[in-house]
Amino acid sequence: MDGVKTLTIDRIHEGLRARQFSAVELARQALEAAQKENDQYGSFLLFCPERALEAAARVDAKIAAGEPLGPLAGVPVAVKDVIVTRGVRTTCGSRILESYVPPYDATAVIRLERAGGMILGKTNCDEFAMGSSTENSAFYPVRNPAAPDRVPGGSSGGSAAAVAAGQAVVSLGSDTGGSIRQPASFCGVVGILPTYGRVSRYGLVAFASSLDHIGPFGRTVKDAATLLHVIAGRDPADSTSADVPVADYTAGLDGKAAGFRVGVPREYFGAGLDPQVADRIQRGIEVFRKMGCEVREVSLPHTDYAIASYYIICTAEASSNLARYDGVRYSRRSEREDTLLDMYRYSRGEGFGAEVKRRIILGTYVLSAGYYDAYYLKAQKVRTLIARDFTDAFQSVDAIVTPASPFPAFKLGEKMADPLEMYLSDIYTITASLAGICGVSVPCGRTSEGLPVGMQILAKYFDEHRMLRLAHAFEQAGGFGAG
Amino acid sequence: MKITEKEVRYVADLANLALTDDEIRRYCADLDDILVYAEKLNEVDTSRVEPMAQVLLGSGDPTATLRVDAPQPAFSSEIALASAPRSGAGQFKVPKVVER
Repeated sequence: MDGVKTLTIDRIHEGLRARQFSAVELARQALEAAQKENDQYGSFLLFCPERALEAAARVDAKIAAGEPLGPLAGVPVAVKDVIVTRGVRTTCGSRILESYVPPYDATAVIRLERAGGMILGKTNCDEFAMGSSTENSAFYPVRNPAAPDRVPGGSSGGSAAAVAAGQAVVSLGSDTGGSIRQPASFCGVVGILPTYGRVSRYGLVAFASSLDHIGPFGRTVKDAATLLHVIAGRDPADSTSADVPVADYTAGLDGKAAGFRVGVPREYFGAGLDPQVADRIQRGIEVFRKMGCEVREVSLPHTDYAIASYYIICTAEASSNLARYDGVRYSRRSEREDTLLDMYRYSRGEGFGAEVKRRIILGTYVLSAGYYDAYYLKAQKVRTLIARDFTDAFQSVDAIVTPASPFPAFKLGEKMADPLEMYLSDIYTITASLAGICGVSVPCGRTSEGLPVGMQILAKYFDEHRMLRLAHAFEQAGGFGAG
Repeated sequence: MKITEKEVRYVADLANLALTDDEIRRYCADLDDILVYAEKLNEVDTSRVEPMAQVLLGSGDPTATLRVDAPQPAFSSEIALASAPRSGAGQFKVPKVVER
């Protein structure tokens, strides 16, 4: 068997069909390698070998019976620890949930296991997905496999690092303001933000419900597209999941992109953009030209207001969603429980980390009497304008390309002292989150220090199949690849 | 200053969040930075703009589809109580709120 590190889903299926290895052998080898390397990367919080081996045995039984294989048969998968897994501890990177064992599976988890995926374990993340570096994990930080003194991005840093390091072939993350695309760019892998409602959020622990998405990571566009195809589609358990047909996202990946109209927003190339990132993205735009795309400038005039709008809306929703952690049903309870109110206050004060408390305070403030109109309502109006910017731009282009992040992976600790500075690093990903459109980050070369750069491709609502076709053609033509 | 320590204490009480004096000072400074930054939203004229209610309302997708209102199997109380810090007699236990 090839090392797990370089396996693709296609290669796994070839190997299984040719009986070069069994799914159980692959699961054992993947688990052993991932566990051995976890001290180095910190990408996993927990491994669930029994669950992976049971899934593998089911795949091997199907092979023995000559039954058709599911699209993820025998594929080692990692799942971000904000997505619930029945009987497997789910902490959200938080002390307050350190012993929570969910009694149910997220819909995305059910679907990926039904397709034959083997879940190796749960990945590290910023606490409740709040952060851009995974340094807000209550347990330990994640190191970027491309540069161990640097962060993997966040908040899905563990899921991005696990795929980049070859600990898993694909993984699930969640994206609220960039938490899939930004770590994908920092780690040099592919990360997809599906359209809002494309993938069921049932079983995704809520941070900001109007912005939360589950999405996939892979080392190739095709692998990530395969996982997306498995998890996408209407789910009666999530009333915001869309009743829109799911295209076969891998069927159109033919390497052809001629005739695509690609927009480059002028607002994304201003002050604050690292010169090396700007250079790699410009070279990437040349690749689109060479593929026969028509490249034109577009404008997204309200870009500059996106971060302020986002951090008001997401903290408001978070303050409401996180009210459920009260020390009663499933969260850690403080020893200080002389009165019910003290029990609530100290359980929350002791259980939440610094960034989560900061956001609860901010969110409660912007929703409180006298401030609601000035902050929350204003931010929701600006959000309408940001979404309209995209609708207008997509009148004349099929896709919009931008850097995924203004800079490559930064050093551990570098931005922890200044929360606002950390927030500003989300500038290029937040706009699409507010609009609810789809996006993907694809590797686009490396800096002179060897740090990965990500090209973000954004497309219209439910236009994942064309976006991924373009991303795949770019991946093939650019020769950037992952790794 | 956009926000005072007194307001941070008030908001922390609304959120049932016990904070230390150090945390109050730190969050007051952090929130002040963020709220000053958020002032820039006032540069945008939104007098004739509706606030966003649901992102897909503009995409033409009928997401208001609700599932059929039929009874579904629910968790047993044993399962529901399994992760509770304190439970007994099939119930969640909390500090006493009513004096006998």
